[in-house]
Amino acid sequence: MGREEVSLAFKAHISIRGVHKVMSADGVDLKKRRTLTLATSAVGAVGAGFVIYPFLAAWAPSEKAKAAGAPVEADISKLESGQLMRVKWRGKPVWIVSRTEQNLADLPTLDGDLLDPMSEDTGQQPDYCKNPVRSVKEKYLVAVGICTHLGCSPTYRPEVAPEDLGAEWKGGFYCPCHGSRFDLAGRVYAGVPAPKNLEIPPYQYLSETKILVGADGGASS
Amino acid sequence: MSMMKNFMGWIDERYPATKAWNEHLAQYYAPKNFNFWYFMGSLALLVLVIQILTGVWLAMNYKPDAELAFGSVEYIMRDVDWGWLIRYMHSTGASAFFIVIYLHMFRGLMYGSYRKPRELLWIIGVIIYLAMMATAFFGYLLPWGQMSFWGAQVIVNLFSAVPVIGPDLGVWVRGDYVISDATLNRFFALHFLLPFVLAALVFVHIVALHKVGSNNPDGIEIKKGPKGNRWSDKAPADGIPFHPYYSVKDIAGVAGFLFLFAAVVFFAPEMGGYFIEHPNFEPANPLKTPAHIAPVWYFTPFYAILRAVPSIAGSAFPGVVAMFASILVMFFLPWLDRSPVKSIRYKGSLYKVMLWLFVVDFILLGFLGTQPTTDLYVILAQVGTIYYFAFFFLMPIYSKMDKTKPVPERVTE
Repeated sequence: MGREEVSLAFKAHISIRGVHKVMSADGVDLKKRRTLTLATSAVGAVGAGFVIYPFLAAWAPSEKAKAAGAPVEADISKLESGQLMRVKWRGKPVWIVSRTEQNLADLPTLDGDLLDPMSEDTGQQPDYCKNPVRSVKEKYLVAVGICTHLGCSPTYRPEVAPEDLGAEWKGGFYCPCHGSRFDLAGRVYAGVPAPKNLEIPPYQYLSETKILVGADGGASS
Repeated sequence: MSMMKNFMGWIDERYPATKAWNEHLAQYYAPKNFNFWYFMGSLALLVLVIQILTGVWLAMNYKPDAELAFGSVEYIMRDVDWGWLIRYMHSTGASAFFIVIYLHMFRGLMYGSYRKPRELLWIIGVIIYLAMMATAFFGYLLPWGQMSFWGAQVIVNLFSAVPVIGPDLGVWVRGDYVISDATLNRFFALHFLLPFVLAALVFVHIVALHKVGSNNPDGIEIKKGPKGNRWSDKAPADGIPFHPYYSVKDIAGVAGFLFLFAAVVFFAPEMGGYFIEHPNFEPANPLKTPAHIAPVWYFTPFYAILRAVPSIAGSAFPGVVAMFASILVMFFLPWLDRSPVKSIRYKGSLYKVMLWLFVVDFILLGFLGTQPTTDLYVILAQVGTIYYFAFFFLMPIYSKMDKTKPVPERVTE
C-alpha cells in the first residue's frame, strides 16, 4: 500500500469516527490494525523486560563473592591492654580492642552523651552483646570497624582529652570522613552524622586467646 | 577543481555532507558579539576528545584487577614510553573538563542562555554534566589508591542510605559486600562506556543549539532582529558565519587553553593534591581509612552540602537528598528566572548581587568540602547550603522584583 493510500485510509478513519465504523475506503480494517499494533508492541515490551533482567541480575554479587563470607579466627594472645588489632572479615575491618579497667569504668559515665547507650537497636549487635559494654567478655570489644554513616573506617583514639577531640573525650573512635564519634563500646555519640552504634559481628571464643569472628554456633539465632 | 566538485557531488547524492557543513558551520550564523566566555563550549569539546584519546591509550596498559590495578598505573608512569605524559594529560584533563564546564555553565547563568527558547538546550547540558560526574566518579576508582577506594566507599554508601531498598542497592552497585575487585572491574567498563554516551549527548546538545541559535552577551534574539548581512539577505543582520569567523576565534582559544593545560601537565600535575590527591599514591587498603578523606575538588561543593545536613531520625538520607537536589534543581532553572530580560547586562543590582554571592557560595562550599569538619566549618557549610538553595528557590521572587534596564534593539559591539 502506497503512502497516499495510507493517508486516505487514515482520513476515512477520522471522518467516520463518530459512528464507530473504522473501515477505510479500500477495505482496511483500522480497528483490527490498531489492535494488532498494540498487541505486537505489548509482546515486544514484555520480551524487552525479560531480556533486561539478566543484565540487571548480573550486577548482584557472584557466587564466589557470596562464598567469601567465611568466618575468620583471631589470635588475641599478644594483644596488650589498651591495644587494637584488626582482622579482615567479609572484606571489612573487624577490630578487637583490649579495654583497660579505666576504659570500662568510663563507659557508664558517657551514657548521657550517647544516642543509643542501651543498644536498643537490635540490628546492630547479636542478642548476647546487648549489654552495657556490648561484648561477650567485658575486656574485649569486637566490632566491625565501619562507620554507620557512609562506611569509612574510624580511627582508634584511645588517648584521654586530646586537643582535637576536646576535654570530655575518654577514648574511642573518631571517623575522619565526617566527624562521627564512638566510645570504646562502639556506641555512637548524639549529634554526629552516624545514626547508629557500630555493628558487632557474631563471634565466639574458641579458647581464652582465640576468637572466631563471623560465627557463633547459632547463639544469635 | 571540477574533479573535486564531481567528487563532492557524488558524495552529496548519497550523504548530506555539503548540506551539513553549510547548516552547521559555513552558513550557521552566530551572533557577532561573542566574548571570552564563548570559548568554553569548543574547549569542552576539545577536552572530551583529549580524554577519550588518552583514556583509550591508558586502557592499553591498565589492568582492571584489584591485585594489579595500582601496579599497572605505576607501570604506565615509569615503564611505558611517554606513559607518564598520557596519564598526566588524562588526570589533568579531568580537572580541566570541570573547570571549562563550570565556566560554560556560569556563562549560561550570566547571559540567561537557559531562557526560552533554550530550555531544552540547558536541560541537555545538565544531563551532560551528570554524565560527566558519573564518568569522573567511575574513573577515580581505577588507580585503586587509598582515596580511590575510600571515596568510592563513601559515594556508594550514599545509595545504601536510601530507606528500605538502600542496603541491597549498595550491594548491587558494588557487586560485593564491600568495594572489591568486582566493583573495580565494572567501574572500568562503565568508565570506558560513558564517554561515548557523553559524545552522543554532546551531539544532541549541538543539534539543539543549532535549532534555536546561539544566545549572546546581550541576550538579544538575533533571529528576531533585522535580516540581511554580507553573506545572505535572509540571515540575521547581527549574525556572522561560524566558519571561518568563530572557528578561527576558537583556535585562538584552544591555543591559550593548551598553554595553561601544558603548564599543569608538565609542572604541577598533582596541583598540590587537588588534581591528584596525596593518599592516592598509596595502594587501596580496605582496613584503614586515610586520616583525612575528601573527594576531588570538582565534587567538593556537593560533598559539603551532603555533610552540612544532619542525620534525621537515625538516617543519613536527608543529606543524600540535599546533595542530589542541589544538582537536580538546575533542571528547573529556565522556569525559575522570571526576569523580563535575559542578560546580566540589563538585569538590576539585586540579581547581580545574588549571582555573585552564588559564585562566592559555590567556591566557599567547594573549599569546605576539602576540609575536615570543625564546628565553625559545619555552620559555614549549613549557611552556604541554605544560600545555594535560596539562590534557586527565591529566584522567581527576586528576578521579578529586580529593576531591569531597557534592552537595545541590536546587539552591542
